[in-house]
Amino acid sequence: MQEAPHGAAAGVKQRSAEIGVGLFTLLLGAIVIYGSSKVGIGWGSDGPEAGFFPFYVGLFIAVCSLINLFSALREDPDAICSEWSQIRQVLKVLIPTAIYCLLVEPLGIYVPSIILIAVFMKWLGHYRWPITAAIAIGVPAAFYFVFEKWFLIPLPKGPVEALLGL
Amino acid sequence: MFDNFINLWHGFAIAGDPFNILLMVVGILLGVIIGVLPGLGGANGVAILLPLTFSMSPTSAIILLSCIYWGALFGGAITSVLFNIPGEPWSVATTFDGHPMARQGKAGEALTAAFTSSFVGAFVAIIMITLVAPLVAAFALKFGPAEKFAVYFLAFCSFIGMSKEPPTKTIVSMMIGFALAAVGLDMVTGQLRLTFGFEELLNGFDFLIAVIGLFGIGEILLTMEEGLEFRGKAAKIDAKVVLRTWATLPRYWATSIRSCIIGCWMGITPAGATPASFMAYGIAKRVSKNGKNFGNGEIEGVVAPETAAHAAGTSALLPMLALGVPGSPTAAVLLGGLLIWGLQPGPMLFVEQKEFVWGLIASMYLGNVVGLLVVLTTVPLFAAILRIPFSIIAPVILVICAIGAYTVNNNVFDVVMMLVFGIAGYAMKKTGYPLAPLVLAIVLGDSAEEAFRQSLLSSGGSISVFWANPLVSTIMGLGILALVWPLISNAMSRLRVAQPA
Repeated sequence: MQEAPHGAAAGVKQRSAEIGVGLFTLLLGAIVIYGSSKVGIGWGSDGPEAGFFPFYVGLFIAVCSLINLFSALREDPDAICSEWSQIRQVLKVLIPTAIYCLLVEPLGIYVPSIILIAVFMKWLGHYRWPITAAIAIGVPAAFYFVFEKWFLIPLPKGPVEALLGL
Repeated sequence: MFDNFINLWHGFAIAGDPFNILLMVVGILLGVIIGVLPGLGGANGVAILLPLTFSMSPTSAIILLSCIYWGALFGGAITSVLFNIPGEPWSVATTFDGHPMARQGKAGEALTAAFTSSFVGAFVAIIMITLVAPLVAAFALKFGPAEKFAVYFLAFCSFIGMSKEPPTKTIVSMMIGFALAAVGLDMVTGQLRLTFGFEELLNGFDFLIAVIGLFGIGEILLTMEEGLEFRGKAAKIDAKVVLRTWATLPRYWATSIRSCIIGCWMGITPAGATPASFMAYGIAKRVSKNGKNFGNGEIEGVVAPETAAHAAGTSALLPMLALGVPGSPTAAVLLGGLLIWGLQPGPMLFVEQKEFVWGLIASMYLGNVVGLLVVLTTVPLFAAILRIPFSIIAPVILVICAIGAYTVNNNVFDVVMMLVFGIAGYAMKKTGYPLAPLVLAIVLGDSAEEAFRQSLLSSGGSISVFWANPLVSTIMGLGILALVWPLISNAMSRLRVAQPA
């Protein structure tokens, strides 16, 4: 992507990233082949069996993954894919997002959304509390009116909404 | 031929309905916002808004969604010119000359040129669709399952051949899409496959979730990594600037025509708007007498890629309507929408749903005129949106993505799936696996498999059915040609280099 700066910028190597993805797709290919062979990959009484098409799809994934792995091994071992500082930036977004997605199931969509926006604004943006609170509560409230009142599409709700009687 | 003009006239009556015109304006505005914001693009923007249209009539729904698409195409240019940040991949080439122009204080001229050439590109592509799509559809009515599969084969082969990524990466990405489409209930035998006992997978993977995750969450993660700070140039567009720029544009008619042809061609074969814009820029640079000045703010360097990108983005709808094979991820999402509204995309659409098809085509004409007017008058507003700090806009986009993923099937599990796709999208982007083939394969997987199995059934299992008659063998042959095209063009250029020596 970008030229590595002079000297040693430490981070995940492009080569390791490519090998990692290659191994993962190889695993996916193996799972698809295994899953297809369980339901039959041959010719049944009424034509091709359920696993016929996915079996070859899995085969393609596996073979091409091997080729990708092979060419990844020949790549420049020093090229950087992402520096550690960049990875930290990504994790700063990814971890709150992951927690957010997992909280939607027990708490509904509104409370986690308020928390997510507040965390981002307070932790990454260093905003003062009044403006943080205004946006963190205002945006989900706006979504509430657009979806539930205007388009009549119910969004997931949790115990807090039940308490408020929404 | 004459029939088509009558049909188009009826289409204008449908599209010109005041409610539909209102939807066009709303769609264009939403689309530009989507195109301007990082993490929201044409494909996932349409995917998120699709559930909101379930209660509308299909014609109104597609007018709204296709206008979002036009808006997103326009919006990409704004960020490229003012902020040197391509809002969409196809506007990367626009930054080369658009942003230098903005730095010289000619942002208004650059944007006017970009919007106007977008409009020209799209308009030419729509005329092409109007004339060619009914012919293609009439021709495709003769297709049996083998020919249908051959068309899919051609589409996917040209993806592999045209992609600038290594072909094996494109194949892996595409085949994972096919595998994801295969998960769940097998339509033919009624058997469950690849679910490994997980009840959540009974219905398979929804491509809308994949699109929202891959393009939305993945893009946010990438933006975060690059540590973007929006430091843009101000833009003022008034009537004087617009008229002055318009007066200079006819000078670049040759570039425009060339870019339109490149765009239309690349849009129909599913190579897409991004390579089309680069190709048009590259050729314009080589041919133009100002070629040396390209990259320093040459207006022709804005005209060429924008015209081609819009021509490609628009003509991507031709194969979607006429053959049921979308030419771009966004067209794929629109195709998924057709299926949800209970319409079967493909040649029969032109016979059975005349009102819908011609209403859509007419709305393309009107939508692009509306779009040009809207973007020319509202640029400062959108530039202001970009000044909202990322720490506010990012969580809001994440919430929008989550709501969008949930509303597809009213399923909370989908929100978690979206996250998984988002991480996968980030990893794929970082390692050079293209995302578009994966999305197209998820959308087309079931139809491609069905066509494949039906053709094998009719032939009793022999794959010779794919070159059983001249028609199917021609399409398959074109597919193979597209697949090995990089090898051929490589060999040819090597020959050319070798000869003078």
